[in-house]
Amino acid sequence: RWPPWLPPPFAALRQFSPFRLQSPDRRGRRGLGGCSRDRLRQPSPESREPGAQGVSWGLHPKEEGPRRAAGSGKAETSGPSGGIGSVCAPSSAPRTPRWVRTGRDPPRPAALAQPPLGRDAAWGAEQGPPVPPRGRPRRRRAQSQRWVMPSTAMKKKVLLMGKSGSGKTSMRSIIFANYIARDTRRLGATIDVEHSHVRFLGNLVLNLWDCGGQDTFMENYFTSQRDNIFRNVEVLIYVFDVESRELEKDMHYYQSCLEAILQNSPDAKIFCLVHKMDLVQEDQRDLIFKEREEDLRRLSRPLECACFRTSIWDETLYKAWSSIVYQLIPNVQQLETNLRNFAQIIEADEVLLFERATFLVISHYQCKEQRDIHRFEKISNIIKQFKLSCSKLAASFQSMEVRNSNFAAFIDIFTSNTYVMVVMSDPSIPSAATLINIRNARKHFEKLERVDGPKHSLLMR
Amino acid sequence: MGLRRSGKSSIQKVVFHKMSPNETLFLESTNKICREDVSNSSFVNFQIWDFPGQIDFFDPTFDYEMIFRGTGALIFVIDSQDDYMEALARLHLTVTRAYKVNPDINFEIFIHKVDGLSDDHKIETQRDIHQRANDDLADAGLEKIHLSFYLTSIYDHSIFEAFSKVVQKLILQLPTLENLLNIFISNSGIEKAFLFDVVSKIYIATDSTPVDMQTYELCCDMIDVVIDISCIYGLKEDGAGTPYDKESTAIIKLNNTTVLYLKEVTKFLALVCFVREECFERKGLIDYNFHCFRKAIHEVFEVRMKVVRSRKHQNQMQKNKRATPNGTPRAPL
Repeated sequence: RWPPWLPPPFAALRQFSPFRLQSPDRRGRRGLGGCSRDRLRQPSPESREPGAQGVSWGLHPKEEGPRRAAGSGKAETSGPSGGIGSVCAPSSAPRTPRWVRTGRDPPRPAALAQPPLGRDAAWGAEQGPPVPPRGRPRRRRAQSQRWVMPSTAMKKKVLLMGKSGSGKTSMRSIIFANYIARDTRRLGATIDVEHSHVRFLGNLVLNLWDCGGQDTFMENYFTSQRDNIFRNVEVLIYVFDVESRELEKDMHYYQSCLEAILQNSPDAKIFCLVHKMDLVQEDQRDLIFKEREEDLRRLSRPLECACFRTSIWDETLYKAWSSIVYQLIPNVQQLETNLRNFAQIIEADEVLLFERATFLVISHYQCKEQRDIHRFEKISNIIKQFKLSCSKLAASFQSMEVRNSNFAAFIDIFTSNTYVMVVMSDPSIPSAATLINIRNARKHFEKLERVDGPKHSLLMR
Repeated sequence: MGLRRSGKSSIQKVVFHKMSPNETLFLESTNKICREDVSNSSFVNFQIWDFPGQIDFFDPTFDYEMIFRGTGALIFVIDSQDDYMEALARLHLTVTRAYKVNPDINFEIFIHKVDGLSDDHKIETQRDIHQRANDDLADAGLEKIHLSFYLTSIYDHSIFEAFSKVVQKLILQLPTLENLLNIFISNSGIEKAFLFDVVSKIYIATDSTPVDMQTYELCCDMIDVVIDISCIYGLKEDGAGTPYDKESTAIIKLNNTTVLYLKEVTKFLALVCFVREECFERKGLIDYNFHCFRKAIHEVFEVRMKVVRSRKHQNQMQKNKRATPNGTPRAPL
C-alpha cells in the first residue's frame, strides 16, 4: 500500500520518465523495498528531456550468453511479466527520491576532468563512480550516480537502434567500455533503453541510447515513447544483421524509425551499419554489402544515410564509429588546420589525433599518399588491444616510440582528452627533437579544446 | 603427434603462422604428413612434422625410423577435454618405438585445450596423466625415459610458454646465452630481459630471475604492436623492405614507472627488457652495453653456424659412402 504521506506514485514519477514506469521487470514487483535490481531502475529527473543527464546503467553481463558462432542468434527472452503498457508499481525506495522534493542540482562530484585510471579505466570514457570492489566490476549502483555535466558541455543525443540480437550493445561495449570482442558473448538482451553518457573530447557528451530491439520494445518506441526517444536526435545509428532472415521486418522497422526522425528531428544524420560481416564468406562480402547499401539508400529517401559494413572481429568497427564520431565534433575544421600547421613545422609525414579512451581517430593530416587506406582503424585496434593487455598488469601506457630504418612513430598523450601519433619518415631526426615539439604543441591544442575562451590558431601566436 | 582432432595443426598455425586462435576452427583435418621448415623466418630452424592423427605405425610405408632418427623433440598432444585413455595408449606406443630408434629424443606432452577446465581440474588432469603415463612405462621396463608435461591452450599464452621451454631444451648454447643476459642486465640496471624469436614469440633465453607469465604476455603483446605498426608505416615506398630490420627499436613507457625496451639482435631475434624509469635515464649506457651484447651473440651464433656446416659436410661424406637404406625420398611427402 502506498504510504499516504508520500505524493501519489504515478503523478510524481510519470512527469519525469513516462516510459520508465512501463519498463518490465521479469521478476515482478516486490513492493516498495524492492531488490537491488529495482533500485537500478530509478528514474532520473531530467530523463524526459532529450540530451539530459540520465543514469548510466552499465551493462548486464550474463554468465551464459548465447554463442554467436552457433549461428542461432540471440535467444528471445521470454517477454516481460507485466507486458508493456501495464503500469507497474513504482520502483522507488521507501523514501521519495531526493530530486522530487528539492529543486537543487545534486552536488557536483569532486573530479570531473581526468578519467580515473586503474579499475575505472576499464570503463573507458563512461564516467562513473568507483565500482564496488567485487568480482564483477561491470555492475553499477544507481543511487550514487549523481553527477552534473558542466553547463558548457554539449550534449549530443545518439540513438542506437536495430533488431534484437543485431549487435548494438556489443558494439557499444567494445568501443566505449573496453570489452574485447570475446567478452561480448556474455552480454544479455538489452531491456528497454540503456542510457550511457560518454564523455568525449572534454566538452562533448554523447548521450547514447541503446534501445533494446525486441518486438515489444520496438512497438513501444513508435507509439507511446515516440516523442521522447526521437526528439533532438543528432545521430541515428541503425544496425542491421547481415544474416537476418526477416529482411522485410527489418526494413519496416527502419522505415518507422525514419518517419519518426523526420517528424521530430529532421536534421539528424543517419548511419546504417551492416553488422556481423564476418559471418559472410570473404569473397561475397563486397557484393552483399553493395546490395544492402543500395536498398537502404533507396528506402531512406528523402533522408541521406551513410552505410558501413562492420564486424566486431576486425577493424571495420572502428572505421564506422570514427566516421560517426567525426561528424559530431564541432570544431573539426579548426582542428585539422592546426594539425596541418603542426605537422608542417615538425616535418612529419602524418599526424593523427585520437580520442583518449576510445582511440577513435578524430582528425588527421598526411603530407603524402600512404599505401594502406585502412591504417587508421588498424592503428586504433592495435593500440586499444595493447591498452587492454596493459590494464591486466594494472598499468596503462603513456607513450610509445617505434623505429625502423625507414620510419619513426611516436604516440604520446597530447591534451587531457587526446593522444597524438606522429610519423616521421626521416629516421635521422633524433627522437628528442620530435618529443620536444610535441610537448610544446600541447599548450596550443589544449586551448582549442576549451569551449569558452577565444579560439587561437598556431599562427596567431 | 597425437590423436585425431587433438589440436596439432592449430598449435602449429597459431605459434608459427600467427593465426588467430578463433580462425583455427576452420582448419581442415590433416590427412598427410606435413613437414614445415621454419628456418627462413624464425630462429627455430627446425623441421616441424605435423602428423595426421590416424597414422598407423604398423603400416610398412611409414618409415618412422628415418623420421625419428633426426628428431630432437617429440611433442605429443593430448586433448584434455576428451577421454584420454586411447591417447595414453597411443602415447605409450609412440614413445617406446621412438626410444628404440633414438634414445636422445626429448618427450614433451602437451595437455591441450585446458582453457575449458577449471584450475583444480587442470591440476587433477595433469597429475592423472602423469601418473598413468609413467606407470605404463614402468610396466614396460622403460623407467629411464623422462616425460615432461605442459598444460596448454591456444587461447592464451600458455602454448607459447610451453613451446619456449621445449625449444630451450634443444638449444645447445643456452647456458652461454643466459650468462650473457645475466651480465648484461646486471651492468645496465635492467630488471628482466628476454631474447625473443620475433615471428613465433617464443623466448629462446632469459636471465636467471624468475619468469612471470604476465610480463611474458606483455612482452608478446609489445612485439605484436611493434610489428603491426612497422608493417603499416615501416615499408618503403614500393613495398620493399621488411617491417623488422636491423634498426628496429621500440620504447614503451607505462605509467607505473616501467619502461619496455625492444631492440633487434639478429634477423630473427629481439631483446625485450623491462627497465625502471630512473635507470632508463642512462639510456646511453644501456645502448653501449647492448652493442657489446649484440656482438657477443653474433659471435656465439657464428660458431654454431660453423659447427652445423661442418656437421652437414660430414654427413654428406658418410652418405656418399653407404647406400641409402630404402630410397625414401628426403623431399617432403
